[in-house]
Amino acid sequence: MVVDSSTPAVTAALVRVEDPELPGAGDPQVTVLAERVTVDGRAHGELLAPQIQAVLAEGGAAPGDLAAVVAGTGPGPFTGLRAGMVTAAALGHALDIPVYGVCSLDGIGHGQPGRLLVATDARRKEVYWAVYSGGVRVDGPAVDKPAAVSVEVDAAAGDGADRYAEVFGLPLLPPRYPSARALAALAADRVRAKAPGETLTPRYLRRPDAVAPGERKPALP
Amino acid sequence: MKTEPLVLGIETSCDETGVGVVRGHTLLADEVASSVEEHARFGGVVPEVASRAHFEAMVPTVQRALDTAGITLADVDAIAVTAGPGLAGALLVGVAAAKAYALAAGKPIYGVNHLAAHVAVDTLEHGPLPEPAIALLVSGGHSSLLQVDDLAGRVEPLGATIDDAAGEAFDKVARLLGLPFPGGPPIDRAARDGQIVIPFPRGLSAARDLVEHRFDFSFSGLKTAVARWVEARQRAGEPVPVNDVAASFQEAVCDVLTNKAVDACLDRGVRTLVIGGGVAANSRIRALAQERCDKHGITLRVPRPKLCTDNGAMVAALGAHLVAAGAAPGALGLPTDSAMPITVVTA
Ligand SMILES: Nc1ncnc2c1ncn2[C@@H]1O[C@H](COP(=O)(O)OP(=O)(O)OP(=O)(O)O)[C@@H](O)[C@H]1O
Ligand SMILES: [Mg+2]
Repeated sequence: MVVDSSTPAVTAALVRVEDPELPGAGDPQVTVLAERVTVDGRAHGELLAPQIQAVLAEGGAAPGDLAAVVAGTGPGPFTGLRAGMVTAAALGHALDIPVYGVCSLDGIGHGQPGRLLVATDARRKEVYWAVYSGGVRVDGPAVDKPAAVSVEVDAAAGDGADRYAEVFGLPLLPPRYPSARALAALAADRVRAKAPGETLTPRYLRRPDAVAPGERKPALP
Repeated sequence: MKTEPLVLGIETSCDETGVGVVRGHTLLADEVASSVEEHARFGGVVPEVASRAHFEAMVPTVQRALDTAGITLADVDAIAVTAGPGLAGALLVGVAAAKAYALAAGKPIYGVNHLAAHVAVDTLEHGPLPEPAIALLVSGGHSSLLQVDDLAGRVEPLGATIDDAAGEAFDKVARLLGLPFPGGPPIDRAARDGQIVIPFPRGLSAARDLVEHRFDFSFSGLKTAVARWVEARQRAGEPVPVNDVAASFQEAVCDVLTNKAVDACLDRGVRTLVIGGGVAANSRIRALAQERCDKHGITLRVPRPKLCTDNGAMVAALGAHLVAAGAAPGALGLPTDSAMPITVVTA
């Protein structure tokens, strides 16, 4: 099961990861059996579990058939990101199967040719970004104002790249949001090797907004 | 005979990650991971700090609760989770986790009201709640008088605070006395060594206020009165008798709360008063409520202090009650509601 909630695209996908060593393994070795993506930045917590249930049903699988959970670990807006990650962690815990984390931006940059800027919307007029060379992350992830991102690339992808296209001035490539297939492919070696599960760490990249209270105002005039 | 429902409860509405396991009215596990120390220097709960802590604590706390209860997820009849009221981002962590557990284990899910859970937790201590009962709910974010006709669905608000919650007043007064956050426990302790000597005001208790606000509370005037009294001392260069201020402030809060709660019982002809929420852990409110209930032949029910503050057992207790009452479970898409009204017991 692949889960990502780092962007407004709430994503759940049932994916088959085949072992190339096994006879008859098909190509590609990562196959998306069922996928649900809903673009709604405000309802991650409501959409995700029903989507997981829907892809299981469509793929003809029961929760107990799952071998692993792959979770996009952001960066992404805190609340939405956590909804997906805690869902993944609890699913893995309940089913006693490993959970693997993948940087969500890699779900956009993976496998892309040339030098690519991946940028997603970080709100507050900022983007989460990373740079890929031949599909491999070489810089980032980081969070910055679009104008402060100065990188040598041929193109850009992601909803942040689109939103600030005028600032970046780069040709825009798909996908707009992390692809479940790419996230699964990036964890496929761990899935095949039955690697130990991971304690997921959200890539918040920002500190919580917390201000210590100032001096109390006097109650007497 | 059908065995009583076994329910796992998850609570993340504020700064405690609570997971409890309950069978009927029997408490099997009550595990709490608190981020309160991370908030102390801010003088109040920082929502994002609380949410991050819930994320980290969720799976380990669920596992501890299962271990303590000696069960597995497969054994439970249902999963209950606080759906509101509370901090939106914090609620979402618990609700998302609960849905994943419910989905994975194939169990029904109940999204429940945190305030109703503060009342339901008493059933773990004193058994089924006689209905109707009057409930005084006093916590960090709420101060309400309720008539509970049916804990599984019919709760009528009689009154509530029109400004600060009682726990909030404890926290603010503690701060101005230089006591740590949360302020309830240190004020409770300081008051034991103090005298009730300062006549602080009793909010909404004058005859003219009782016309419209008989069962409402107000604590912001009290807080200001304490601040003025303390500042006047400081300006005069005199020491502040912290213990006496604590005792006098605490008395003013507990006096009004218990007075109005007993008045509600008498007005409605209800013989049972239950007190819940963090402030119900206060030693003075417990003693004063007992005294006044005894005088009027009202049965007082207050759970032990550890069950008064936020925990997962209270959510499991309400969940078990809902299952036993045959209430319909929620959907996997159930929303959180940071302002969930008390009239909604389950989402
Ligand atoms: N012994 C005590 N005396 C007085 N107040 C107390 C005591 N112990 C805890 N409190 C107060 O209880 C409050 C915390 O209670 P609780 O955990 O129920 O509140 P909350 O969950 O923050 O708010 P709510 O339940 O309204 O969402 C704090 O304000 C704290 O100061
Ligand atoms: Mg509470």
